[in-house]
Amino acid sequence: MRGKMTAITHHTPDALLAAYAAGSLPQPFALVVASHISLCLDCRAAYDAHQAAGGVVLDTVAGEDLSESLKSSVFDLLDAPVVPEPVFQRSGVYPGPVMEVLDGKPPRWKPVGGGVRQCILSAAEAGSVRLLYIPPGQAVPDHSHNGLELTLVLQGSFSDETGRFGVGDLEVADEHLDHTPVADAGAPCICLAATDAPLRFRTLVPRLLQPLFRI
Amino acid sequence: MTNSSRQISPQTLRMLAVRDARDRAAFSELFDYFAPRLKGFIMRSGTGSGQAEEIVQDVMLTVWRKAALFDPQRANVSAWIYQIARNRQIDVIRKENRPLPEDLAEPPGAEPDASQILAVEQETGQLRDALARLKPDQREIIEKAYLGELTHQEISTQTGLPLGTIKSRIRLGLERLRHELKDAR
Repeated sequence: MRGKMTAITHHTPDALLAAYAAGSLPQPFALVVASHISLCLDCRAAYDAHQAAGGVVLDTVAGEDLSESLKSSVFDLLDAPVVPEPVFQRSGVYPGPVMEVLDGKPPRWKPVGGGVRQCILSAAEAGSVRLLYIPPGQAVPDHSHNGLELTLVLQGSFSDETGRFGVGDLEVADEHLDHTPVADAGAPCICLAATDAPLRFRTLVPRLLQPLFRI
Repeated sequence: MTNSSRQISPQTLRMLAVRDARDRAAFSELFDYFAPRLKGFIMRSGTGSGQAEEIVQDVMLTVWRKAALFDPQRANVSAWIYQIARNRQIDVIRKENRPLPEDLAEPPGAEPDASQILAVEQETGQLRDALARLKPDQREIIEKAYLGELTHQEISTQTGLPLGTIKSRIRLGLERLRHELKDAR
């Protein structure tokens, strides 16, 4: 689907795009980058370029001998019936890759305090990714990070010490950034946020409750 | 037209024959070129021969089944198959469903533009030359990165990675995408 392109000013850094194209990003980050590419023409072009580089590497890699039967078994399957995989389209503010994880259904929000809501899309050892819903003027609770955190704005905007982030903008934060994002006036801010470590909320939720809320 | 003397590569023509005419002879030639490379590529990351062949089979079947998604104005054949192979490898080895961007739909009734196809091929050739000119240790890093042998942290700390040529490929690719989108309005 061809979405309206807004003026995106915060892009996916090149190294992350390369890592995504190479398949080296853990799933939570890959979901955010795939969603950003869905919204951002510049990063789609960069992704295409990294695929081109991958193609060159594939061309130059040393080949391996195949079993004799491989080719015929592939040809035998060319006409086999195939169940088409569902294609998840963008729905409202949610890009196709997010709709795929939501299995085509609207997000099921859970309150986490202060009017902030979340919908966890996946949580594992390698990290977690969630949708966040932040009412205008509301701060995402002051938090610091253990590692990499990617936040993609899907609706509204937020501002923090590093600038303003509108629809399609991606904020990349690491343990060196101690920031307090606040949703701007207007529509509630909806973000897709991935982290490779549990967020450490400082004020709103005591650390003891973190396992309970999975935040 | 600087490209008028050039011809679309046999590889692209084969893939277009598969896409538009379901041409099995063309697919057979693509198989002979790509299948051994794919197997080598997949085994580089530690997958055994048997499982590598299963992945090669899946990849080549995807090339056949999803040929309609091949757009030579955006990607050359190797780049397109590279991405299919990485997706399949991740789905199989990590047992994850790899998140993929939305497809950029072809503008309805879009005429294939030979000059755009040639531009993609020309840029790919330049990228290939640039990689071939790198010092061996630098080239090894690039190969490892795109073979999926480096973590994302390792890629971030490799200063040699964002090649100048990739940058120019990005710029030209962006111009093409803007052009395609303009046509679609």
